[in-house]
This record gives sequence, structure tokens and C-alpha cells, in this order.
Amino acid sequence: MKGNEAIGEAAIRAGCLNYFAYPITPQSEVAEYLSKRMPEAGGVFLQGESEVAVSYMIFGAAAAGARVFTTSSSPGISLMSEGISYIAGAQCPAVFVNIMRGGPGLGGILPSQADYLQATKGIGHGDFRLLVMAPASVQEAVEMVMEAFPLAEKYRNPVMILGDGLIGQMMEPVEFPENFSVEPSNKDEWATNGMDTRKSDQRNLVKSLFLDPEMLNSHNNVLREKYERMKREEIRFENYNTDSDYNVLLVSYGTMSRVCRTAIDQLKSEGFEVGMIRPLTLYPFPEKAVEDAASKESCTSVASIEMSMGQMVEDVERSVRGKKPVQWFGKCGGEVPTPEEVIEFIKSL
Amino acid sequence: MGKTFQKPEALTDQITHYCPGCTHGIIHRLIAEVIDELGIRGRTVGIAPVGCAVLAYNYFSFDFQEAAHGRAPAMATGIKRVRPDLMVFTYQGDGDLASIGMGEIIHAANRGEKFTTIFVNNAVYGMTGGQMAPTTMPEQRTTTSPFGRDVEDVGMPIKVAELIAALQTPAYVVRRTVLKPKYINKAKKAIKQAFTYQLEGKCFSFVEIVSTCPTNWGLTPLESIKWAEEKMLPYYEPGDYKIPD
Repeated sequence: MKGNEAIGEAAIRAGCLNYFAYPITPQSEVAEYLSKRMPEAGGVFLQGESEVAVSYMIFGAAAAGARVFTTSSSPGISLMSEGISYIAGAQCPAVFVNIMRGGPGLGGILPSQADYLQATKGIGHGDFRLLVMAPASVQEAVEMVMEAFPLAEKYRNPVMILGDGLIGQMMEPVEFPENFSVEPSNKDEWATNGMDTRKSDQRNLVKSLFLDPEMLNSHNNVLREKYERMKREEIRFENYNTDSDYNVLLVSYGTMSRVCRTAIDQLKSEGFEVGMIRPLTLYPFPEKAVEDAASKESCTSVASIEMSMGQMVEDVERSVRGKKPVQWFGKCGGEVPTPEEVIEFIKSL
Repeated sequence: MGKTFQKPEALTDQITHYCPGCTHGIIHRLIAEVIDELGIRGRTVGIAPVGCAVLAYNYFSFDFQEAAHGRAPAMATGIKRVRPDLMVFTYQGDGDLASIGMGEIIHAANRGEKFTTIFVNNAVYGMTGGQMAPTTMPEQRTTTSPFGRDVEDVGMPIKVAELIAALQTPAYVVRRTVLKPKYINKAKKAIKQAFTYQLEGKCFSFVEIVSTCPTNWGLTPLESIKWAEEKMLPYYEPGDYKIPD
């Protein structure tokens, strides 16, 4: 199944029957797929007039208690980031999928990982974070999209699936997880789903405005506690060849990590050991895993390998805490570094 | 003998933050009376704008969401699409709706979204301190048109009701005012009609209400009513601009 279509199907299988979107390459197939599939499944499909409007359709629907999601690509996500800030401020659960293309500006339409900083540190204004997950295959994209809904509800916070264009465009075999709980959590405590719906005399209010400075400060502390809890409970990563006495540790995610695997296997056959930590969550970042792996005695250097100009380097450096030198190798603009190029870089260290 | 005049159930007891002579209070009350009369408080969701009415939710006693500047129609779309059984209205001013939110209102109206917009037009940005709006009258002085609105420079004020009525999609589009008691009754009837069309799932409904802003106009409340009647009503004519079949 094509990645973009699998992402659409995964949402339906996760009990999300509400999708609002605006077309943009390279993820328009999600909207095309769901424009047929949502009505079949008895769900809502609507093509909005802009990404800005879509982000508020998501906000309205989420605030009314519905499971809801959208998909877009880099420039579209920039436009949605206004709404994402309001959604995070108002503590509503929603899922955003970013199938990244190259930037800045219109950039290009080919695969990229150039929105790492935007997704993990700087999406929209104000003190908030997204839970960010990065799939490296179509199968993993499906699983992450499905998990994203209960996670968004657990934290009452937007969750972002950060995939590069290859994840969206690639065809791979997919198995949809069965026995997935499609029941949304009970939202009566806060959702504006109508007082009659929840048989209550108390009205609910969904807002992000706190004019009183003390109240805004305590609101932001509530948000901060959620992000701290994410750090305790949601960090996910994968080790590759870290049982060996590796000289070099790679940190890489998404499609790029698959190229790194090939490079690591090739180098191993040449008698050269390289380990890798692949973050599955980019926020929260697996700091401890990277630090521990970099601390290994045999390891002499660490490298962040990305399809961007080194946006993840500062997270890797922060995690390594100066124990080993941190290098960067990558390309952007749509060219995925080849295993040979990665090998050449590793050998140059 | 029971009370013959009392506060609608759909309003809270809170004292509003609106300035003396402001018409938001009247319009809030009309909406609340209509909600009481239709018995729909338990299924109503209001959406507050950015502007003076951002805190409107403090005065209504039913579910409310707070939008970003101009985006209320997109939020209302989101709610109605996933919960068509709810009664949803946006409450927006002219800076919010006619400037930054023009895209959202036009497209929601054109899709025929089954919600209601109450559009309060007082020809000025209120909350931010009296700046020029797309609806500011020619020659009208504001804090960003200190020499008066120069239509050669920034164009003519936008007649939003007429603009929306020009769309081909069926809708209920009217303009009313609350400057005098006789107008107030008509405004209330229009709000009730708009909500009724929504409850019937018939069409998008839009009620523009010509209002005052004594504070930012630099006039007394009575002078404001006079100014609005003399300057605004001839341009923003009350009337029915589109009625569904």
C-alpha cells in the first residue's frame, strides 16, 4: 500500500472518522483516498479553503469532542501552526501528519527532514510542545498514526507524525493492527459537546486566553507538566548494532535511518563496527539513550545523519553532553544520501 | 404575580465589561432570549471572536469556544460537520470577520455550512483601540486614519451582507440594527429566524447588526446612535438580502 493511503486508512482503523485537509504535494493522496473512503466508513471528509482554515476546523471538531486529524506538508504545516498553537493552548487532542518536503519557502516537493526544528521546538507561538513521532516505514507510519489518537487524548495535546516524502510516496506491505481500541476517551469534563449530550447543567468552555498573569503562568505550568510527563512516559527509540564495540555512533530517524542501516551492515562486513540510535519520538528526544550509547568506551565519535542541514545536531550534542565529538552529515532538497556516501563520511571520521 | 421581565436563562449573572452605550449587551440579550424561547441551551455552542466580544463566553450560560482572529467560521464548520445536531453560532465583529476572517466567512457561507453568524458591525476595531476597519465609513477618523478614511487610498467600506448574498449558494442573509427599540424587535426576529433555519438544517444564516462604539468614535452614547443612523444606515441599509426558498 502507498504510504499516504495507508496513513488515511490507519486513521479510520483507529476510529478517527473526521478528516479536514487542503491539498499539497507530496501528501495529496491522503485527501484523495479519504474523499472516497470516509463517506464509505460513514465519516466526515471536507476539503477546506486553506491550511489556516483547516487547522481551525480541526480545533472546532476536537473541542466538540471528536477524534479528528489532518495531513499536510511543510508549507501547509507552517500555515496550520497558528491553529496548532491555539489547540495546544486550549488543550484539545488532535493529530497532524506532516509529510515533509524541502524548504525554506516553496523549497521543493521531494523528500526532506527540514521541519525537525519546527516540529520539535518552534511550531506556533507560545510555550507548548507537540508529541512528535517519526516513522521509518509505511508499516510504522500506520502504527504511529493509530497510536497517535489515544496519545493525543491522554495528554489533551496535539500529536504530530513527522514523516518525510518517501514515507508518503513509497509502497510497502502493511498489516493493520487488530483489536485496536477505537473508543475515544470520555471528554465530558471539558469538551463543548453540548450540555444535553453530557446530561450536565455545567457548561464547558474551550479557550486559550488568560488575561490574568498569574492564571496564565499557572496554565503554562499545567502544560509544562504534561511535557515533563511525556518525557517520563513516551520516549521511544531503537538500537541498531549497539551490542558491538562500535567506534562511531550514528543518530538518525525516518527514511534516513534505513540508509544508515544499510551502511552499517556494509561496514560490518568490512570489519568496521558502527552503532545507531534511531529516535522514534523526536519530542521527547531519547536523550538518555543517546548519552548512554555515546558513553561506550569504544565509541570515539557521534554523528547526526539527516536529510536536513543539521537540525537535529543540537539535540544530539545536548544528549552527548560533550563526552564525544558530534559531527553532522546530510543532504537536503530531495536527494537522499546513499549508503556509499554515508560510508564515505563515516570513514572520514 | 410572577415576574414579567427577567434575565434569560441563557445569560449568566456576570456584569459585562462593555463600555457605556455599547450595543453588544443588547445583542447578547437578544441571542439569549431566542435560545430560551427555542429551548436549545443544552445543544448550543457559541464561538467567541477576537475583539471586544472575546469574553462573550463569560456572559452566556452554555458551551462556548474561543476562536483566533477571524477563524470562528472555520471552527463552526468543524463542529457542525462532526456534530450536526448541535446549534452553533459565531459572534464576530467587523475587524474580525470583514478583515482577517474574510476568507473563512466567505467559504463557510459558500459551502452552505449549517451554522449562524451574528456579525456586529460598528465600523471600527474596538478591542485594539479604535483602528480603521474594512467597514469604517469614508472620512471617518480612527486611530489609523487620523485624517479620515481616504477611499482613494484604501477603498470603500465593505458591505458584507451584500457580498455574502451575492454567492449562489442558498442562505439567509439579512442586515438589522439595534439603535432603537423598534429595530431591536426586528433584529431579534431575524436572529430567531436564522437559528430556526439552522435547526431545520436548511442553510447558512447570517445576521449583520449595525452597532455603535461610543468609546472609539469619541461620541456620547446618544450622539453615537445619531451618528450611526445618519452615517451608517444609509450605506449599510437594513433589509433582507437573501432568503432561502
